[in-house]
Amino acid sequence: MDEMKAKGLSPDELTLRMQQLRFAALETNLYLDTHPDDRQALEDYNRVVRELMALHQEWVRRHGPLMNHGEDPSAYPWQWTRTPFPWPLWGGPDP
Amino acid sequence: MWVYVKQLEVPIEITRPNPALAKVIMTQFGGPDGEFTAAWRYLTQSFAMPTGRGKAILTDIGTEELAHMEMVGTLVQKLIQDASPRDLERAGLGGHYAQHGYNMFLEDANGVPWTSTYFQSFDDPVTCLHEDMAAEQKARTTYEDLLDLSDDGRVSRVLAFLRQREVTHFQRFGETLDYVQERYARRRTVF
Ligand SMILES: [Fe+2]
Repeated sequence: MDEMKAKGLSPDELTLRMQQLRFAALETNLYLDTHPDDRQALEDYNRVVRELMALHQEWVRRHGPLMNHGEDPSAYPWQWTRTPFPWPLWGGPDP
Repeated sequence: MWVYVKQLEVPIEITRPNPALAKVIMTQFGGPDGEFTAAWRYLTQSFAMPTGRGKAILTDIGTEELAHMEMVGTLVQKLIQDASPRDLERAGLGGHYAQHGYNMFLEDANGVPWTSTYFQSFDDPVTCLHEDMAAEQKARTTYEDLLDLSDDGRVSRVLAFLRQREVTHFQRFGETLDYVQERYARRRTVF
């Protein structure tokens, strides 16, 4: 279900939706740290995590690794240096 | 350990250079109440924090502060990247340009370098959490001052987001303090 939804998103929509989901996960994570017995919040957290994982896989399939140190695989040649960093690239993109 | 996500916590879209605004925002990169200070205050304090809840909140908020440092750095970079060295000088960043060029440095809005004496670390969780709550209020006030100085709506939106995060962090530290005070407060007999 989440995989189907992910495939239908434009590149910008996919990235924005991932930022929204990661923020929702982060915020719920902080809340759960001080309310570990809140079942509703825990369900929300797990639902967000599932959707984020599906979108993350779709992002990596389209663009290459989004996270370092073993979180995402890479095609040949090593793609980590090619996916854009979020701040200005003074030297322009690598060839 | 930490792994890196090559995405900002929220998108930052800035088109107009504004080195004068970059200069004042610099304090949230390397100033006393900036994001670097916040991140390392919490990550340092977490080592001897006695409870799982306390360690979790310090690690998780400390991690978010690192993401905020990345956002503040991105803000400053986007505000100076299309400004000439003379533009930087006119905005009061001549000294910064002479010493660091266009790169970032851990300094406040007046160029004062960062120091670890900006925060404390004790093995007393009540003391640490009080400092952390005060720190969140100081960061909130700084973002409000920066919002007064901002004349760029796209920058203000990012500053308003960061301000709101300090309010949430204050709330979470307060809840952790209540928990810790009931269970782990040091019982010392002074008299
Ligand atoms: Fe904060």
